[in-house]
Amino acid sequence: MTEECELFECGHRACGGCGPALAARLIMKATGENTIVVASTGCMEVFSTPYPETAWGVPWIHSLFENAAAVASGIEASLKKQGRDEHVVCICGDGATFDIGMLCISGAFERGHDITYICYDNEAYMNTGIQRSGATPYDADTTTSPAGKCSTGNPRPKKDLPAILAAHGAAYVATASIAYPNDLIKKVQRAVSTHGPNYIQVHAPCCTGWGFDGSQTMAVGRLAVETGLWVNYEMMNGEVERVRKVGHRKAVDDYLSVQKRFRHLYRPGRNEEEIAKIQAIADANAAKFGVDLNMKKEE
Amino acid sequence: MMEILEGSHAVAEAVRLCRPQVVAAYPITPQTHIVEALASMVADCKLDAEYICVESEFSALSACLGASAAGSRVYSATTSQGLALMFEVCFNVAGMRQPVVMTIANRALGAPLNIWNDQQDSISLRDSGWLQFYAEDNQEATDLHFIAYKVAEDHRVLLPAMVCFDGFILTHTYEPVDMPSQEAIDAFLPPYAPVNILDAKKPMSLGMYATPDYYMEFRYETDQAQKRAKEVFAEVGAEFAAKFGRDYSGLVEGYRLEDADMAFIALGSICGTVREAIDEMRADGKKVGLLKVRSFRPFPSEEIRAALPGVSKVAVLDKNISLGQKGALALEVRDALYGSGIDVKGYILALGGRDVRQADIKAIADLLEKGEGDQFFGLRTEVL
Ligand SMILES: Cc1ncc(C[n+]2csc(CCOP(=O)(O)OP(=O)(O)O)c2C)c(N)n1
Ligand code: SF4
Repeated sequence: MTEECELFECGHRACGGCGPALAARLIMKATGENTIVVASTGCMEVFSTPYPETAWGVPWIHSLFENAAAVASGIEASLKKQGRDEHVVCICGDGATFDIGMLCISGAFERGHDITYICYDNEAYMNTGIQRSGATPYDADTTTSPAGKCSTGNPRPKKDLPAILAAHGAAYVATASIAYPNDLIKKVQRAVSTHGPNYIQVHAPCCTGWGFDGSQTMAVGRLAVETGLWVNYEMMNGEVERVRKVGHRKAVDDYLSVQKRFRHLYRPGRNEEEIAKIQAIADANAAKFGVDLNMKKEE
Repeated sequence: MMEILEGSHAVAEAVRLCRPQVVAAYPITPQTHIVEALASMVADCKLDAEYICVESEFSALSACLGASAAGSRVYSATTSQGLALMFEVCFNVAGMRQPVVMTIANRALGAPLNIWNDQQDSISLRDSGWLQFYAEDNQEATDLHFIAYKVAEDHRVLLPAMVCFDGFILTHTYEPVDMPSQEAIDAFLPPYAPVNILDAKKPMSLGMYATPDYYMEFRYETDQAQKRAKEVFAEVGAEFAAKFGRDYSGLVEGYRLEDADMAFIALGSICGTVREAIDEMRADGKKVGLLKVRSFRPFPSEEIRAALPGVSKVAVLDKNISLGQKGALALEVRDALYGSGIDVKGYILALGGRDVRQADIKAIADLLEKGEGDQFFGLRTEVL
């Protein structure tokens, strides 16, 4: 492999500044060559494998939108039978993971297959044109949770999937963000070297779906962490262990105001009530995970 | 060795002899006894396979897809609602050219809920790319598994295969079955030799997305593979006949057709009833015969044409219906006989497990003689 051409990179067709594409590249750096990737339908499949081209330098199989975890179960069993030891890694969108794929994921985790399931969480269905998923944050404007005269966008908070999969007995569960590449790489390495089903959820901003300039992907990703709307943590055997602390937690405005999906909260005027609710979500996250280094939040 | 076995157990034993490396299946009546038997074979170390106890049929076939793509011989079994739940994966398995073998214990589809036999389930997947073989009795159900693996895995074919046998009528019936020895099957069916697999030493992408520039060629290739499967089936069936003395070289099988002017055409266990009825009708001087269709996919059009030289009237018996049209087999037989001058009539019968007796077959022969057909047979009169 040349330096420009890593295990995931060459020839993909993602938008410039695509968070999920960056996630894939970092994930592959971490897993190395000895890996089989199972992918669900979504942006990543489409931008990385337009036949007869592929951006994958490892064996890769697309199955369906919803069955990556079950296909991975079969691959793992097949390898076991043949005495082979490649890492089996699912890389799937939040729609595939939070919504339609839950049955297969739950089954695979309950059975204890030795697989690493990574969700690149761009917080909506991007491939079909920015529809809401169970991972879409409260008040986000999507094409199926549009903001309007009688709506402030997505009416529900994010589903807590890490907790659900930890409750399945997953040995290792972690959240990560493309804005913290080394942390992400370490977590993926930890997951693939931990036996059993493991889960990592990677916050992966989508410039197109969220409405920001592709040069700002890392900055937007960092703001999610700095406001407490996204928390990077690790769970071992169901217990939260390591949490990325934030020194001076920023107000959620800093994150919301740079994305078109929250534009309706600032136009025509500032929607104090809704922004306060989102600030409360961030504060609750901070309290739950002990995010704040300084106990009192800086205004 | 001759044994008296329940159909399901005969099939499970046949599957064991095929040495699948991964089994993934979910219980559903009337398939359940097959998977239970396989699970206990694994538990007793009689079958050296990974048994994946999946949470649904959808995951069962998904796991088979993954396991096959990673290079193992795999097996599943289902029926009816379970097969319906697999629908999406069925197309994917065929599109990715994975030679998965799956037993279908044929059963009606709801609603209304009905656990009894007809063949609507597998017939509804006829366009998915899977090979479909239908067994008349438990000996044939057993033997078709050996043949199905060999045909499916042949590098000229590389397609998944359904071995279909009628729920309850065969699955739950005890019959004498001549079970081959492991050595004989090992000699007949070599270990799976995959062509393209997921292997970190030889990276390759499988099941990529294909634009209008390429998609059609994939369907064309799969269609070509179906057509090649005809000659491969005939070859494998002939080899089986030479080794085991039971002849499955024909995609169709005739009974008393030599001088027949009227013929029945059907799939599966009903052929047994038709044979008996034919013997009785022959005793009454009627020149009737039977053409059993063993392979519904690939469809043996030429073979059907060739098998009916003196026949002028055909009654096709369908345990399925393409609603608003006719039975699937009747439609395809009519297509195969187009231009032959043979009068083809279809009869929809035995849906949802309704019994068919010899007398019913004779009654259908009478209808055919009168030129009445293309109708449901044996309906309750209050709906008429
Ligand atoms: C059974 C099924 N339903 C719907 C679709 C249409 N579909 C394809 S991708 C997709 C959304 C993917 O969303 P996500 O998993 O979040 O990935 P992303 O596109 O955001 O990368 C949908 C709804 C499908 N392919 N299959
Ligand atoms: S729409 Fe979003 S996820 Fe899809 S390629 Fe563009 S930036 Fe990436």
